[in-house]
Amino acid sequence: MKILVPVKRVVDFNVKVRVKADGSGVETANVKMSMNPFDEIAMEEAVRLKEAGVATELIAVSIGPTQCQETLRTALAIGADRAILVETAAETQPLGVAKALKKLVEKESPQLVILGKQAIDDDSNQTGQMLAALLGWPQGTFASKVKVTSGEAEVTREVDGGLETVAIKLPAIVTTDLRLNEPRYVTLPNIMKAKKKTLEIVKPDDLGVDLAPRLKTLKVQEPSKRKAGVVVKTVDELVSKLKNESKVI
Amino acid sequence: MVALVIAEHDNAALKPSTLNTVSAALKIGGPVHVLVAGQQCANAAAAAAKIQGIEKVRVADAPQYSHPLAESLAALVVSLAESYSHILAPATTFGKNFLPRVAALLDVAQISDIIAVESPDTFVRPIYAGNALATVQSSDRVKVITVRTTGFEAAKAEGGSAGIEPVTAVADAGSSRFVSQELTKSARPELTAARIIVSGGRGMGNGENFKILEALADKLGAAVGASRAAVDSGFVPNDYQVGQTGKVVAPELYIAVGISGAIQHLAGMKDSKVIVAINKDAEAPIFQIADYGLVADLFQAVPELTSKLN
Repeated sequence: MKILVPVKRVVDFNVKVRVKADGSGVETANVKMSMNPFDEIAMEEAVRLKEAGVATELIAVSIGPTQCQETLRTALAIGADRAILVETAAETQPLGVAKALKKLVEKESPQLVILGKQAIDDDSNQTGQMLAALLGWPQGTFASKVKVTSGEAEVTREVDGGLETVAIKLPAIVTTDLRLNEPRYVTLPNIMKAKKKTLEIVKPDDLGVDLAPRLKTLKVQEPSKRKAGVVVKTVDELVSKLKNESKVI
Repeated sequence: MVALVIAEHDNAALKPSTLNTVSAALKIGGPVHVLVAGQQCANAAAAAAKIQGIEKVRVADAPQYSHPLAESLAALVVSLAESYSHILAPATTFGKNFLPRVAALLDVAQISDIIAVESPDTFVRPIYAGNALATVQSSDRVKVITVRTTGFEAAKAEGGSAGIEPVTAVADAGSSRFVSQELTKSARPELTAARIIVSGGRGMGNGENFKILEALADKLGAAVGASRAAVDSGFVPNDYQVGQTGKVVAPELYIAVGISGAIQHLAGMKDSKVIVAINKDAEAPIFQIADYGLVADLFQAVPELTSKLN
């Protein structure tokens, strides 16, 4: 069976983002960009399913500017067999992305789409669930374990109270949480191999989808900063501050 | 303009997140209805009817809602959507799981994790792990919203007397089923509802050492949390995690022990009223946001702190 893995190019998780002075967004020029960490986990899980003989072909997909080709090359180096870029310079939002992915799913007919549970830039946590709804497929979100059997996937999910396991009929959507796996390091030979793999570029118009954002960002601001506190010398001083100054205990 | 809040509950009682979500819905300005979907959930529905400020409770009591599976719950909410201008759920794993399905089925955007209501169509939400706040406006007919519970005070759980009205369940699509759950059992308060939280990080060294934090937590009536590093290392279960991708908390007092203060952890706790950091590394970033910092070996400082609290 085929697995589709959408990957997003985001500001690297180590970068401390800065809000633009004009309040229009955050500074992304000359900032290190990487694959969204949750998507790396999704790609790794797909590769493991292929290694286990469950999957036969892995297709990585990205939607965004031409630089997303780098992100897709990383996915190919992790182990995707081929890649598709839906190229657009415009802002994308989860609903539009889900609609574009639906078109690709209809074209490629995968049995499983594995996505990161959220992107660390807009922190939306929507795309996988939206894609599942548009396709009428079941979903296993925030997965920490995925077991694929014939016609079904058993997904253990990280929920607020602990863990929950659901069984979903294939085809289905899985979104990854942090503990699903530890993505492998990309090796140089695999980076070289990735350069030879197919990377197809399509336009949103080719798919017939409208990616226009539905939400208008009026402004982006910095959150209020916490005031610097004090360093206490002893436990006694700490207890006294908590009791007498902040009165929280 | 009527708002519908989807209640998070365990059939017997409401989760506190429901009360914060009702507050956000009341800020929009119109009447607020609450949907309780469950199985044998009359007690949860009765509790919802007492929330101050709401106009009506709608109850869907059917086997397919015994566990909140996204497929069934989303279909139910969509069947009721016609009458509402706003549909809200808490931004917990409960709400995050099913609400985007509702939005997609209605062909509208979802506004995730709001922390403020500016007007009926404009909301504030954190992006980039809370390092920026975006004010966004929706022109969709229905606003589908998840609510960050720390952004809104809990609505009063008593004093209301809303009417309770049954709604027709939607047939189960049969594509998913609940298999099992392993919920962490604890006598301590829930992380997201606790007044005080004691959290441990990589500096704890191992899971066994969390006992000294538990002793401190029990003395304070506190919940125990952890950083991603501590969860990834297997010291404690995933539901302890505080951070960008875990739980977002804002207690009166947050005591961070052996936590360096990575951006993704700060995203989950920096709105706490008072922050205490105990760490032997004086350069740890956590000290930049702590109200009180103690540079010390946690294995001495924490037991000493526990013994001196009475």
